[in-house]
Amino acid sequence: MRRVVITGLGMVTPLASGVEATWERLIAGQSGAGPITRFDPSGVVTQYACEIPYGDGSDGSFNPDDWMEPKDRRKVDDFILYGMAAAQQAVADSGWKPATEDEKCRTGVMIGSGIGGLTSIAETAVLIKEKGAKRVSPFFIPGALINLVSGQVSIRFGFKGPNHAVVTACSTGAHAIGDAARLIAFDDADVMVAGGAESPISEIGIAGFNACKALSTKRADDPTKASRPYDADRDGFVMGEGAGVVVLEEYEHAKARGAKIYAEVLGYGLSGDAYHITAPSEDGDGGYRSMQMALKRAGLEPSQIDYINAHGTSTMADTIELGAVERLLGEAAETATMSSTKSSIGHLLGAAGAVEAIFCVLAIRDQVAPPTINLDNPAVAPKLDLAPNKAVKRRIDVALSNSFGFGGTNASLILGRVTD
Amino acid sequence: MSDIADRVKKIVVEHLGVEEDKVTESASFIDDLGADSLDTVELVMAFEEEFGIEIPDDAAETIQTFGDAVKFISAAV
Repeated sequence: MRRVVITGLGMVTPLASGVEATWERLIAGQSGAGPITRFDPSGVVTQYACEIPYGDGSDGSFNPDDWMEPKDRRKVDDFILYGMAAAQQAVADSGWKPATEDEKCRTGVMIGSGIGGLTSIAETAVLIKEKGAKRVSPFFIPGALINLVSGQVSIRFGFKGPNHAVVTACSTGAHAIGDAARLIAFDDADVMVAGGAESPISEIGIAGFNACKALSTKRADDPTKASRPYDADRDGFVMGEGAGVVVLEEYEHAKARGAKIYAEVLGYGLSGDAYHITAPSEDGDGGYRSMQMALKRAGLEPSQIDYINAHGTSTMADTIELGAVERLLGEAAETATMSSTKSSIGHLLGAAGAVEAIFCVLAIRDQVAPPTINLDNPAVAPKLDLAPNKAVKRRIDVALSNSFGFGGTNASLILGRVTD
Repeated sequence: MSDIADRVKKIVVEHLGVEEDKVTESASFIDDLGADSLDTVELVMAFEEEFGIEIPDDAAETIQTFGDAVKFISAAV
């Protein structure tokens, strides 16, 4: 099987637009949460979310004009805009510019979304009700379809290889990276642009997750304290938005062109809970098997995992995952560090797994585990170091990233420092 | 320029993201102003909305240029 490495990174998150600006703020323990401004939230229960900081593009702010022209942006839902921004960052970072037809055909895209164009679907339904079906825009469908991030990115760059999109709720980003890596390993492509994008902060999105009792509701007085994975006072996740995209590349291909190589995709595991539509099974069996499969593929022992970026959404399920990880690691749990970066950026749903995989890459690069902020009073006594409120400087050669989604869909990625 | 022409031009500029001076009498939406077939569908819908008229599909197909649009709408309103 061919080896797959990561040679480009891009992200738009509630902390910042851009990988380095986001990472710096994450390590500093900042929160991206605040009052909802995307829509008038007076009709929904939860009044806060982690929104992308829009601005003129300076100081890590997100300027839509930098990534898509206004006339094109008008035709797409925001998740496509975020995906396009992250993809452009990642491709630029990788320095990969396919010149020949063959190189273009060997470069593919796999960027997914958990829900896709939710906001435009809701707005179009209202439009039909108010003005009639004839007023539906010809850009409604191509602006809402999940695979149109991959489509738009391929059109922008001329990437003619495999064009695919994952839809597995909150596991989307991790599945996309894992599946895209397999396309390279199987020799279907040499380069894949992979990740996830999401824009769920709209009335229908917040109302829907409120109805599932999944969102935090109690901290309108201080939203930055609302996302608190593993803490006894957690009361649900905080909605986020954004995108994470990586450039995956076959190892020899990357070496031959002198690319900067961040990390290697060592392992990938997937499983299904076969239990409940929104809740994980209480023993964490699905997540456990997903991690176990990734370890087997990587050919590693549990004790070789240095850092785990947890799914850790700040819900009751946090301790189920914690239990599964501690069971998997056994005695090695005493020496590993696990954190949930959702404490800082909220839950980016279909983008979460991709953004968090990038955090693992940076943790390996900089030898530091980002903190779990707001973890003041752990709900259970952990064997693992959960990096409460402060980043942990430590040796990180191998990192594991977990993503679990509604429907009982689990994905685990193992990333590692590249060795010859 | 007539009021109708001004309003049509405003819609074209906004939807196609082109400079106002490019929108001449004979400018073709597709050949000169960078529109694709979906853009032309949306333009026609925007004209209908702005002027409160209905433009049937067979008539819409004859509206290829800015001049065509102004002429059709002037006759229809």
